[in-house]
Amino acid sequence: MSGVRVLVGTAKGAFVLTSDGSRRTWKVEGPHFAGWEIYHLKGSPVDPDRIYASQSSSWFGQVVHRSDDGGKTWETVGNDFAYDGETGTHQWYDGTPHPWEFARVWHFEPSLDERDTVYAGVEDAAIFRSTDGGGTWEELSGLRGHGSGSQWMPGAGGMAVHTILQDPSDRARMFVAISAAGVFRSDDGGTTWQPKNKGLSSEFMPEPEQEIGHCVHRIAQHPARPATLFMQKHWDVMRSDDAGDSWTEVSGDLPTDFGFPIAISAHEPDTVYVVPITSDSVHYPPDGRLRVYRSKTGGHEWEPLSDGLPQQHAYGNVLRDAMDVDHLDPCGVYFGTTAGEVYGSPDGGDHWTAIVEHLPRVLSVEAQDLP
Amino acid sequence: MPGSHVTEDAPTARDVRVVLPAHLRTLAGVQREVIVTVVGPVTQRRVLDALEACFPTLGGTIRDRATARRRPFLRFFACAEDLSHDPPDTVLPDEVASGKEPFIVLGAISGG
Repeated sequence: MSGVRVLVGTAKGAFVLTSDGSRRTWKVEGPHFAGWEIYHLKGSPVDPDRIYASQSSSWFGQVVHRSDDGGKTWETVGNDFAYDGETGTHQWYDGTPHPWEFARVWHFEPSLDERDTVYAGVEDAAIFRSTDGGGTWEELSGLRGHGSGSQWMPGAGGMAVHTILQDPSDRARMFVAISAAGVFRSDDGGTTWQPKNKGLSSEFMPEPEQEIGHCVHRIAQHPARPATLFMQKHWDVMRSDDAGDSWTEVSGDLPTDFGFPIAISAHEPDTVYVVPITSDSVHYPPDGRLRVYRSKTGGHEWEPLSDGLPQQHAYGNVLRDAMDVDHLDPCGVYFGTTAGEVYGSPDGGDHWTAIVEHLPRVLSVEAQDLP
Repeated sequence: MPGSHVTEDAPTARDVRVVLPAHLRTLAGVQREVIVTVVGPVTQRRVLDALEACFPTLGGTIRDRATARRRPFLRFFACAEDLSHDPPDTVLPDEVASGKEPFIVLGAISGG
């Protein structure tokens, strides 16, 4: 691999950061779609130059863009995300039934092996699939309709499918995570779904260990060990070694186990990264010190990584889709903050530099390996 | 009726001026004002249908895809009147139909 491209979605546009394999110097391009919220950008594993961008606005709704030249030029594709059949209701903030209403795409997940297939996780929570490069979208309605939808409820940021994982060892198996409903798994290519939340406990629910209603912030999977999942929940860092059938807490010695993103090293399935945030009511790093925590033991034991990160007056948050890794050797780690910085480490987190500062609030960060 | 036939006048086609907010101009790749051809009575619905037919990239950006309603942070003005709350099939003022005045799609201002 010759280099890396980091796709950054922000509250006022998209930015594309590129570097060679050394990852010492970076070229920053953007903003694309200036003035619009770009919730997420992600490239196809089949064709890295095919990139999808979710452009959203309270004024003008959802627009979907696709690039076929690595982000140099873009075209609009389909934005008709029509729920399948009767939409039904979920819980509103006050506990009353509220009809499903499409708001925006939170996350794109291009297929692992089909160039024109891409999944979209949306608010209100549902998953859609396109098999024509984003031109048209069809809901995989077995998720929304599997039976527990009336118990799902929005968190402060909305109720969305924000994580979509495709199992590289079993093409029929997929995972999604929903705030605030939990993790769901499909073993038949997305037709039917089952909740996979045993072992989670959330004190904001009347029955903390109930199956549905957990505010899962992010889940991650390493392709070499697909039955193992790591989770950053609203509170608690969790691990499953049976494809989500059960979860155990691995927060261990973290200073706080509240946070949003979680990522796994490209080369070490037991090396995991989180960014602890003070609490659910104080959304910034403890003591204003920005530190990534790394576990090399699959959880429980964590070490702070701070070399090159601000250790005073750092009050940005790191959102759930704003952390990723590349596949170079050593593994590069990247994250963006709501204060507009994007940090990168070319050595697995030992040393960090600010690739770019003073961007708008960073909503998403995705790293692409360039051939 | 055997042996008879009815002749109807062809619906009138009119060129209507539409002013777009900045973000939608960028999205559609147009200048401040575009002209769309509306066949039949000139109503909000027909103007917006014609606009989206000319510029498919604007589909869903002015009217919600699911409900076909005006997005809440947008307004429709013409002839110094706020027409935002008029039913979509209400005929627009003659000045809009004749091209003398534009139909204006306006984004709400935002503070901060």
